[in-house]
Amino acid sequence: MTDTIVVEDVYKAYGDVNALNGVSLSVREGKIFGLLGPNGAGKTTLVRILTTLLKPDAGRVEVAGIDVLKDSMALRRVIGLAGQYPAVDEQLTGRENLVMVGQLYHFSRSEAKSRAQDLLKRFSLTDAADRPVKTYSGGMRRRLDLAASIVARPKVLFLDEPTTGLDPRTRMEAWEFIRELVRDGATLLLTTQYLEEADALTGFITVIDEGRVIAEGTPDELKSRLGSDVLELRVSRDINLKRVESLLQPIGKDMPQIDLQSGDISIAVNDGTRSLLDAVRILDGEGISIEDIGLRRPTLDDVFLSITGK
Amino acid sequence: MAQEQTFSSVHIGQQSGGSIFERIWWNIHDTLVITRRNLTYYTRLPQLLVFSTIQPVMFLLLFTYVFGGAIQTPGGEYINYLLPGILIQTVMFGGTQTTIGLAEDLSKGLIDRFRSLPMGRAAVLAGRTVADSIRNLFVVILMTSVGYIIGFEFQNGLLNALVAVAVLILFGHAMSWIFATIGMLVKDPETAQVAGFIWVFPLIFASSIFVPTTTMPDALRTFAENQPVSVVANVVRDLTLGTSTGDFWLALVWITTIWLVFAPVAVWQYRRAAS
Ligand SMILES: Nc1ncnc2c1ncn2[C@@H]1O[C@H](COP(=O)(O)OP(=O)(O)OP(=O)(O)O)[C@@H](O)[C@H]1O
Ligand SMILES: [Mg+2]
Repeated sequence: MTDTIVVEDVYKAYGDVNALNGVSLSVREGKIFGLLGPNGAGKTTLVRILTTLLKPDAGRVEVAGIDVLKDSMALRRVIGLAGQYPAVDEQLTGRENLVMVGQLYHFSRSEAKSRAQDLLKRFSLTDAADRPVKTYSGGMRRRLDLAASIVARPKVLFLDEPTTGLDPRTRMEAWEFIRELVRDGATLLLTTQYLEEADALTGFITVIDEGRVIAEGTPDELKSRLGSDVLELRVSRDINLKRVESLLQPIGKDMPQIDLQSGDISIAVNDGTRSLLDAVRILDGEGISIEDIGLRRPTLDDVFLSITGK
Repeated sequence: MAQEQTFSSVHIGQQSGGSIFERIWWNIHDTLVITRRNLTYYTRLPQLLVFSTIQPVMFLLLFTYVFGGAIQTPGGEYINYLLPGILIQTVMFGGTQTTIGLAEDLSKGLIDRFRSLPMGRAAVLAGRTVADSIRNLFVVILMTSVGYIIGFEFQNGLLNALVAVAVLILFGHAMSWIFATIGMLVKDPETAQVAGFIWVFPLIFASSIFVPTTTMPDALRTFAENQPVSVVANVVRDLTLGTSTGDFWLALVWITTIWLVFAPVAVWQYRRAAS
């Protein structure tokens, strides 16, 4: 296993805004890597550096064994990019856009045409293929942009918030296609605002904030940083929640959280199964009937909120 | 979405790189792909072509009939004096679309897309300026035809007429690189609307395009007689009318100099665009 993307101590400032403050990370070949972070964290800046669009002020960047700063032309042959905003030509049709990109990768005209046809089909754009892109909806543009990014079957693909603006069904389809790409050997770096998406897709996540790496690991590792499971339960409406709270406090790590509207009680606990049994025993002993009880793993949202403090 | 079977076979098309001849060939290839893209715009937006030809035709008619009687020019009929000048004006005004178009490409992220592709570094701009030149050729032929209808005539033989057209197109091409440079600099389409035009007016009106410079005040006259638009206009006029008011070689020097300065500057701007 080799590292396909290596970023070492990269700095980038725009005027006096320090967008990247010494970011280092590495991505294994054939994996999906998630880059997460709140707005303005520096995700797009890093993607632009990795795809030769922007020069870092300092640091080393290597993609597919190629030094990004020294041999950008060689690198451009093996990468694909779908930026944060779709970059497609409004006046051209969807098909013309893809054929043009194929030709610029030096496909013959007939190769470029058949590749465009495949991709239009794959992204459900066949019906709109011969309409100018200015008549496309936002989601259609996004799909066309994704298609354009894989015209040359890149070894390393960069997707900056690829599913923003897609409806749920199309998003699922995009996930499926992203998984397929990686199954076939591509390496993928994606940024996203959807933690659910990072959880579903990525093998490894780096969270950055204010241009610094603030956490990294597999989704499970990140979640277990909270050190616990979450016990959730609901009691019948007529029970005083304050009483339940004080009864259950000894088994939790912190105070139980009570959602006053639904009456749901959630408690971060260390040993899920034992705590669950404890809770049932305690409440049963007091004659309080439980309507619903269960354990869940903390979600990435829990993690994200706790580490970025936002 | 449909399945795709061939993903494992990494296919990158034919490689660029290699020998210098291959590189030159791929640069030309990429330029032509972009040229085609820009020309497609005229088929998608026919109004663009209509307005960019109606306007100069209108100028031609207005100047001929409104001023024609009052202006004394060498070479007989005013239309014979005017047409070469109007052609240059048309080429200059048309160039502002390059400024706007490139600023649009930049602001919509298309330049980013192109810059992430393994294509020649000059191809996006060269494709634009070549497309401009093709449009210019079309407009020059159209306007000359209209000119013929209202009394214009080449007075100096077919060969010189063709050389005149060649000078015009070369001048327009060199100018396109200035327009391209401005587009890459201002970056935003609204600013480009203004920035593309503003510097063109003094060059066009303080020149020998519409009227001889002889009656202008001294300082203005010195500028008007020596600036490139007049130099080229005089040469084009000499070629079409058989007069000898300009300096052919000086015009070529201007065209070459503009090209040699602005093509590299524009490409340099492109390479560092948005960074
Ligand atoms: N061209 C620019 N000029 C000046 N500042 C910029 C520029 N581009 C980005 N920045 C700043 O750099 C920082 C990082 O921006 P970046 O776009 O990389 O964030 P991001 O993580 O992609 O955010 P988002 O989730 O909103 O897309 C921000 O503070 C932003 O304001
Ligand atoms: Mg971003």
